[in-house]
Amino acid sequence: MPNSSVRVQRARARSVRGSRTGRAGGAAAAAMGASQTRSEHRHQDLADRTGFSLEQIKNLHRRFQQLSGDEETISKENLESIPALANNPIRKQIIGAFFDKRNQNRDEVGSCEQIGFEQFLMVMSHFRPPSLKTTAEEKEAMRREKLRFLFNMHDTDNDGTITLVEYRKVVEELLSKSGAIEEETAKAIADAAMLEVASTNVPAMGPDDFYEGITFEHFEQILKGLEMETRMHIRFLDVDTTTMRCGKFTS
Amino acid sequence: MAELGPSRRISTGAPLTGIFRVLLLVCVSVALASRDVGTNETRSDAAGEAQAPHQTNSTIHKKAFPVLSLNYDHVRKPFEIALWILLALLMKLGFHIIPRVSSVVPESCLLIGVGLLVGGIIRAIREEAPVLDAKLFFLYLLPPIILDAGYFLPIRAFTENMGTILVFAVVGTLWNAFFIGGMIYAVCQIEGAELAGVDLLSCMLFGTIVSAVDPVAVLAVFEEIHINELLYILVFGESLLNDAVTVVLYHLFEEFSHAGTVTVVDAFLGVACFFVVSLGGILVGAIYGFLGAFTSRFTSHTRVIEPLFVFLYSYMAYLSAEVFHLSGIMSLIACGVIMRPYVEANVSHKSYTTIKYFMKMWSSVSETLIFIFLGVSTVAGPHAWNWTFVIFTVVLCLVSRVLGVIGLTFIINKFRIVKLTKKDQFIMAYGGLRGAIAFSLGFLLTENEMKSMFLTAIITVIFFTVFVQGMTIRPLVELLAVKRKKEGKVSINEEIHTQFLDHLLTGIEDVCGHYGHHHWKDKLNRFNKTYVKKWLIAGDRSTEPQLISFYNKMEMKQAMMLVESGSAARLPTLPTLLSSASMQNIQLKESARGRVIPSISKSREQEIRKILRGNLQNTKQRLRSYSRHDLFMDPFEDNVSEVRFRKQRMEMERRMSHYLTVPANRQEPPAVRKVCFEPEHRVYTYDDSESPRGPAARPRPGPPETVGLLKETLPRPNQSSKRGAEAPEQEEQDQLKLSRCLSDPGPNKEDDHS
Repeated sequence: MPNSSVRVQRARARSVRGSRTGRAGGAAAAAMGASQTRSEHRHQDLADRTGFSLEQIKNLHRRFQQLSGDEETISKENLESIPALANNPIRKQIIGAFFDKRNQNRDEVGSCEQIGFEQFLMVMSHFRPPSLKTTAEEKEAMRREKLRFLFNMHDTDNDGTITLVEYRKVVEELLSKSGAIEEETAKAIADAAMLEVASTNVPAMGPDDFYEGITFEHFEQILKGLEMETRMHIRFLDVDTTTMRCGKFTS
Repeated sequence: MAELGPSRRISTGAPLTGIFRVLLLVCVSVALASRDVGTNETRSDAAGEAQAPHQTNSTIHKKAFPVLSLNYDHVRKPFEIALWILLALLMKLGFHIIPRVSSVVPESCLLIGVGLLVGGIIRAIREEAPVLDAKLFFLYLLPPIILDAGYFLPIRAFTENMGTILVFAVVGTLWNAFFIGGMIYAVCQIEGAELAGVDLLSCMLFGTIVSAVDPVAVLAVFEEIHINELLYILVFGESLLNDAVTVVLYHLFEEFSHAGTVTVVDAFLGVACFFVVSLGGILVGAIYGFLGAFTSRFTSHTRVIEPLFVFLYSYMAYLSAEVFHLSGIMSLIACGVIMRPYVEANVSHKSYTTIKYFMKMWSSVSETLIFIFLGVSTVAGPHAWNWTFVIFTVVLCLVSRVLGVIGLTFIINKFRIVKLTKKDQFIMAYGGLRGAIAFSLGFLLTENEMKSMFLTAIITVIFFTVFVQGMTIRPLVELLAVKRKKEGKVSINEEIHTQFLDHLLTGIEDVCGHYGHHHWKDKLNRFNKTYVKKWLIAGDRSTEPQLISFYNKMEMKQAMMLVESGSAARLPTLPTLLSSASMQNIQLKESARGRVIPSISKSREQEIRKILRGNLQNTKQRLRSYSRHDLFMDPFEDNVSEVRFRKQRMEMERRMSHYLTVPANRQEPPAVRKVCFEPEHRVYTYDDSESPRGPAARPRPGPPETVGLLKETLPRPNQSSKRGAEAPEQEEQDQLKLSRCLSDPGPNKEDDHS
């Protein structure tokens, strides 16, 4: 039963896109049917590893297919062509985060050119909310993971600290879509923020000491009050086909 | 120890005797006030009599010119009102002098106690006590509290939990009303309770009145226990939004109890009425809110009346909603919430402070008066005590609240991301306090034989919730280790990351193709920025991003703290102004890292100078809007702007030195501290044209001198680079000389600063 419904949905989604004829869609759908069981297993495997439910993985897979144009991987251009992202001031960082190897829970660094569905899911798993059954240690680990994600977004040169230049860039990007940028104000804000981190974490600094940059521990410390584990999440259950069609792009 | 003894005794004795003295004084004056009515009448009669013969015998007998006369009637009403308010505030003062009592008993209980006492005294001298008149309560005492709550409502928490709050407010109140009303009717059917005369509709009406959670009582108790924001906003938001339900149900049942029968059509009309009341109230509030915001755009020349606009527009919103029987509370909340961001962007800093303090003051006075009058009315009002009815009412209130919270949380948790734990549920159920609104609604009931019984039951419920639940909630909160409000100061890192997170989550939602909470919030923000702000915010503040206005506010606050603490050297804890960490600690490394900054061309230098100077002007202008006052130069405000300006200037200098430093050669020692400025004695009158005070600003040696410094250094690179252009091989040399002059203009300025 799940096979046919998925196939039907796939066919419907494809017919909306309009660039393929029904016949090609039908043939592709039939070919898909053979690999249904394989993808089911894969989904189950992914569900165990990332903590999503099967339903959520199916939804995300649909979205992934739509973004990638039915390819196996997506590239930066696929993400950049999402129209709704155009107004986002930190668009580049968000897209970059998907391709950042550090977010893949392996110990590699650098960035990929293309990512597959699994890596897509790994990045998305950073945005899962805690459930009622999560224990306090798990919540702590979750918070750390989310903070790590944020830290990686800021630390572009991957030296383990956020330097003043990187932080300045962050603030500039934040203010980039807000009209006339006063560069100096952005720098002042970033400098003040850096100063705050320095003074709360290293209270006694002589005039000749130098504060290298924000390390991950200091980052955690300064954002302790924000309760990341409850704030940094989105609802995954509500992704449905109608809204996905709204985010249409020509491909 | 011995010498402490007597002094301590004295100190605890003094406030007590002080309070007794105050009480005595008050009683005497109240007695005098009411006695005087009688004496005045006799006096006026006597005067009238004296007048009559006086007119006939005007030539015969001339009355002596009265040197001192007594005419109390003339000022009676304002005198008594002022006396009551004074009494209320003195009581409040007294409670805080006795530390032990105020930490155990919440203030609302103490005030009710005082009200009971005063009511008893008034009754003992057999005078007419002022009761908590419904008109007085709803028109004068309630609005300030609600406005204060609405204006300072934490919007983010409110909108994030809006669904939960609405479910509790609407469904929860409906459940409470029907459950209590129905069960009380069942109780009334019990034989032997002498309650047979109470019909179903009256019971339902009673259930409505007693079911609503009261915002005044909740505020009074929750403010003192400093509970975490989520619980606070859930209970408090519920108490605010259930007003619409209460209003509709109350009018509905009142109409029905007169009509006698209920049809299905009536039920549908009731539902429609609910939507009209709530949405209409919000609409009225929104209209007045926008009007208020728009008005505040033009008040830059009349700063002193700015706070009045806020208060008057809000009050008008409340009254206009009450005209149409819409929900006045929701209208007031909507007005405050909508008006606030725009008004705060437009008004001067002083007006902002005035608004904040006046609101807090009025709401504090109102709250105090409400509780005292509650006590007085309890003693004065007609009572009809019926054991069964009262006991069952209290029990049913508790039971229905607990059941309602548990049931609704079970349903709501399926939709919430951050689930409500059992502890949260307990606090929510326990925090459902009833208060003066229930009492006033009961007072508004039409006179019938059951009214006194209802009133007695309502008062009992109020007393029970305020005294028992109010007093025990603090130890319970500590016992259960419920999360408290975090008392941190504002952190710019948190603000940056809050915004960053907003954008990030919106972006991720877009990648998922999911139009969720963040997407719509983002859309609303953009709409607000592109259209609404242009209309409602004056000048260039309309395009100012939120982060920058937050930063400016923070800077302002710190600058004021700096001035208040007296001198820069004594400042202990401000991280960004002074402390071991300073800008040097962050920036030094960059120049030492050896990043090669290419030699800056002359045009680029000009550009940089222009940006820096332009920003300086902007900063000054913004300062001006903060320090707006009408006529007199306020030394405090001037100090603030001066300090802030000086700080900004230092930042500019450092940044400039960073720009223009060329650490190209490794041999160049990075921290050369040679300063080659010419002396700083030139008084530079830069603000001649801009300052409204004109020549008065000139003879200040402080800031002009430092600005002179800045201006002076600016032409310098010009000269040196001009020279450099002539001799290209000299350019490097000149750049180095420049860097020597300007790198780290440190010690001089630092001495000045510290």
